[in-house]
Amino acid sequence: MPKENYNPRIFEHPILKFEKKKLVKFYFEGKEYYGYEDEPIAAALIANGIKVFHITKEKKRKRGFFCAIGRCSSCLMKVDGKKNVMVCITKLKEGMRIERQ
Amino acid sequence: MSANDLERKIVVIGAGPAGAKAAMAIADLGSNVLLIDENPYVGGQLVKQTHKFFGSKDLYCGLRGFEIAKIFEEEIKKRNNIELLLNSCAVGLYLEDNKKVIAVVNEEKLIKVISDVLILATGAYENFLLFENNDLPGVYGAGAVQTLVNQYGVRPGKRCLMVGSGNIGLIVAYQLLQADIEVAAVIEILPKVTGWYVHYAKLKRCGVPILTSHTIVKAIGKDYVEGAVIAKVNKNFKIIKGSEKRLKVDFICLAVGLTPFVDLLWQINGQLKYIPELGGFVPYYDENYETSIPNIFVCGDVSGIEEASTAMLEGEIAGISAYEKIYGETKETKELKEKKKKELLNLRKGPHSKKILVGLKKLRNDS
Repeated sequence: MPKENYNPRIFEHPILKFEKKKLVKFYFEGKEYYGYEDEPIAAALIANGIKVFHITKEKKRKRGFFCAIGRCSSCLMKVDGKKNVMVCITKLKEGMRIERQ
Repeated sequence: MSANDLERKIVVIGAGPAGAKAAMAIADLGSNVLLIDENPYVGGQLVKQTHKFFGSKDLYCGLRGFEIAKIFEEEIKKRNNIELLLNSCAVGLYLEDNKKVIAVVNEEKLIKVISDVLILATGAYENFLLFENNDLPGVYGAGAVQTLVNQYGVRPGKRCLMVGSGNIGLIVAYQLLQADIEVAAVIEILPKVTGWYVHYAKLKRCGVPILTSHTIVKAIGKDYVEGAVIAKVNKNFKIIKGSEKRLKVDFICLAVGLTPFVDLLWQINGQLKYIPELGGFVPYYDENYETSIPNIFVCGDVSGIEEASTAMLEGEIAGISAYEKIYGETKETKELKEKKKKELLNLRKGPHSKKILVGLKKLRNDS
């Protein structure tokens, strides 16, 4: 299963062309990462191998990305101090601070 | 009325295949129309679809979903009587006298949109499935996988278990192969594959195991998916003990159907009917796509889960009907509507439309 030089980012595709966008720096739990400007925050997190977006209060169950279209609330995170941001439909900007809430 | 309020004769909510076509039909008859969508683009779910469409030239056969979405964008821009309001989510619907009042959230603002005639083309949302650890990160809806892979070029993992062999399950499994992601298996609880043969054959040729009469028992993993347990089921869909098998996968994709997004109509007590063949609770509507509430129309997946080509035709029929409500029926509108209805009937002649036709019969019969 493990492929050599595996990168979650797709660079070659038989049908689609992914334009190279501007790389921006952001912070997840205080650590520095890079993603493309204006892609959903969730896409940038997954591209950086971050899969756990949220830990439930009572049962401490991990939650990740599920619907991607702002419906399911599985991806609520704290962005620049603001809670309950749906990171699947919120665009990544330079310097954003993303935390588990 | 305050400065932020908009008052328009005809409003369409949702710029996917049904809503976009409805707005174009209205504009082409000569009326102004306001088209609202929550996304920053038009096309709805078409933007993430990379397979080629069938049907006729009018329905963009031979083109891929994301290419059709681009055409919609150009066609809408060309028509200066379509007013497009993107990044705007309709969250509430009220009736005031004979007006339809829509609460729309645009960025952080609340806009009040008042209309005489309203078309709801709000689409559908994905079904979830009950199994152990179904909340583990790495369990995704098929739409989310398409969004990540096809729209943003990010792989959710290296090896996938696809649950569901309807068209979405088959098509998305093939799209994963195109993105250099392994598909461990496609599993289907029914004794046969439910999607179109053409999509099934493509996967089969690539050697993907397609296991019918199989279900998912649980997801395995501490922080995120590291595997899945699947098992065979008997004809009553009960798990056959001892048939459990563990698969090493790092994500699970659920393609187990869609539910019409009827919430707005529900808020104003529009009549809904439970029709499994159409995807669950659907609005009651007549042959012109008018709901139980006069001057409110539905089209596309919200009126019954089907596919994009039929959604486009439904949108056109609903659009023409909405226009007639304001400007009256003419020979032109009548003929055009008949033509579209005939095309829709033709499109539903295949064996895969049987379910929809049964559902529509139930919708019309005992109401």
